[in-house]
Amino acid sequence: MNAVRTPARLVALAAIATLSLAACSSDSDAEATADAAASGEITITDPWVKTVESGMTAAFGELVNGTDEAVTLVSAETPASSETQLHETLSDESGGMSMSEKEGGFEIAPGESLTLEPGGNHLMLMDVTEPIEAGAQVEFTLTFEDGSTFEFTADAKDYTGAQESYAPEEDMEMDMGSDS
Amino acid sequence: MSRDATDTGRGLSRRGFLFGGAAAGVGAAVALGVERTLPAQRQAELDAAGLNGARTVAFHGEHQAGIDTPIASHATYLGLDLHDDTDRAALARMMRVLSDDASRLTAGEGALADTEPELATVPAALTVTFGFGPELVRRGGGASAVPSWLGALPAFDIDALEDRWSGGDLLILVSSDDAVTVAHAVRMLLKDSRSFATLKWRQDGFRRAYGSEVSGTTMRNLFGQVDGTTNPEPGTADFDRVVWAGDGWLAGGTSIVLRRIRLDLDVWDEVDPVARSFSVGRDIHTGAPLTGTREADEPDFEATTAAGNTVISPVSHIARSRPVDSREVIFRRGYNYDVAPTGDGVSESGLIFACFQADVDAQFVPIQRRLAEGDLLNTWTTPIGSAVFAIPPGCEPGGYVGETLLG
Repeated sequence: MNAVRTPARLVALAAIATLSLAACSSDSDAEATADAAASGEITITDPWVKTVESGMTAAFGELVNGTDEAVTLVSAETPASSETQLHETLSDESGGMSMSEKEGGFEIAPGESLTLEPGGNHLMLMDVTEPIEAGAQVEFTLTFEDGSTFEFTADAKDYTGAQESYAPEEDMEMDMGSDS
Repeated sequence: MSRDATDTGRGLSRRGFLFGGAAAGVGAAVALGVERTLPAQRQAELDAAGLNGARTVAFHGEHQAGIDTPIASHATYLGLDLHDDTDRAALARMMRVLSDDASRLTAGEGALADTEPELATVPAALTVTFGFGPELVRRGGGASAVPSWLGALPAFDIDALEDRWSGGDLLILVSSDDAVTVAHAVRMLLKDSRSFATLKWRQDGFRRAYGSEVSGTTMRNLFGQVDGTTNPEPGTADFDRVVWAGDGWLAGGTSIVLRRIRLDLDVWDEVDPVARSFSVGRDIHTGAPLTGTREADEPDFEATTAAGNTVISPVSHIARSRPVDSREVIFRRGYNYDVAPTGDGVSESGLIFACFQADVDAQFVPIQRRLAEGDLLNTWTTPIGSAVFAIPPGCEPGGYVGETLLG
């Protein structure tokens, strides 16, 4: 996404936003977001993937559309898994939360971001064959509707949440398998 | 214990100078003797602003933070043992994760995948410092990478060391002026250590709270003793020479000697102030050497009484700990501990003695040897824990602590 045209006016506005944020806030995430909005590019902030021995896991981060056009994320790939899906988490009929593949992908408006987080939208690695160990760096490639791609590296972190089921005794893999 | 190992006669230190500047109008005549008093024109008042909570100490740099940076009110020392299968590649991954956690937390942000990032928003001068024991260095760089001084200290007759306070392969030192911040950072760092190591021991230390007294005031240990006078001053050439190592993967790093020293307060209670001062060699009330009037005064070990004895006993703490060789200087950063007593006593208290030096054998061991051979304070003090770690240099953004060994 390096070739996206960015109007000068948008850059200037974003730069102002960055300055004012820097002046009144120590929230560097917000600054990073504003910087990205000025970049004219797709960027990702704080990408990480949950460690796993094998089977399923998920990847997270803040995907920022710094371009002046809406983009739609339609697929994700990583060498760590033979299949990767885009998932959303929604309330289900039973009153609980369940996750499922996002139909049509995720649209991100210009200057907006897509939050991928435990309990919410995420990249679902369906079939991890080699262990993803803490501190490992895992490559991802995202593909958008227009065929453009965006690559990033996620840090692997141990994390006991993001089990998609909140009953500790339930078998996580079975639960996730039935959802997907 | 207090080790007056650095009697270099620095009368008006940078610390004193800065305070002199802050107390405008008093001028250059401000002496160290007034350091422990609050500025005269200010009423004690509630600090309602909470400004110190936002204060950050940079994680990245030539040296790790938490050594030459201002000392915080709370410190937690964590000693970890590596899992058997934590090899060189795993060590690099571990240190990358832990360094990333530390860089975010010290900036007042949640760590990556932090489950309670809300607790990270008050850094209050949070620092995280990593140290490597001999086993970690051996796995990371082979036997030749292990400094000759890295390992258990020689056994001293005064020691009553317990394994539960001793040794360890990885040291994580977390310090902040806020105990909640320390608790959160400790939990985050330990969670991210679990794949690589297990917690062997944990030691929690405290000093005066931030804002309770003038910054830079020499601390009193729980004996009431002014403890830490004549420390090298960070930012001076003297300090750099004493603390920073110059060679190999450790260039820009240092070493830490960590000793848990039990203070027998119940027996110390039986000692009157004159005898306390005699044992230390300093006035117990002011910290001044018995031959002087101010804490910063240079002790005169030759001065004698009318009866012909030296004023400062040759077996007092400051007489035994003064350097014989000019290399025998260390930089101390001590904390108190005070935990639930067992048995009949009403207290289980002491000192988490920590000192930094480029070379443990050349700088620390000779002092400790003299103290073990004869120091009146040994009557009431017992080392019950001991550990030595190499402290790697700092790292730049994108790098990690230990990359000079593991990268």
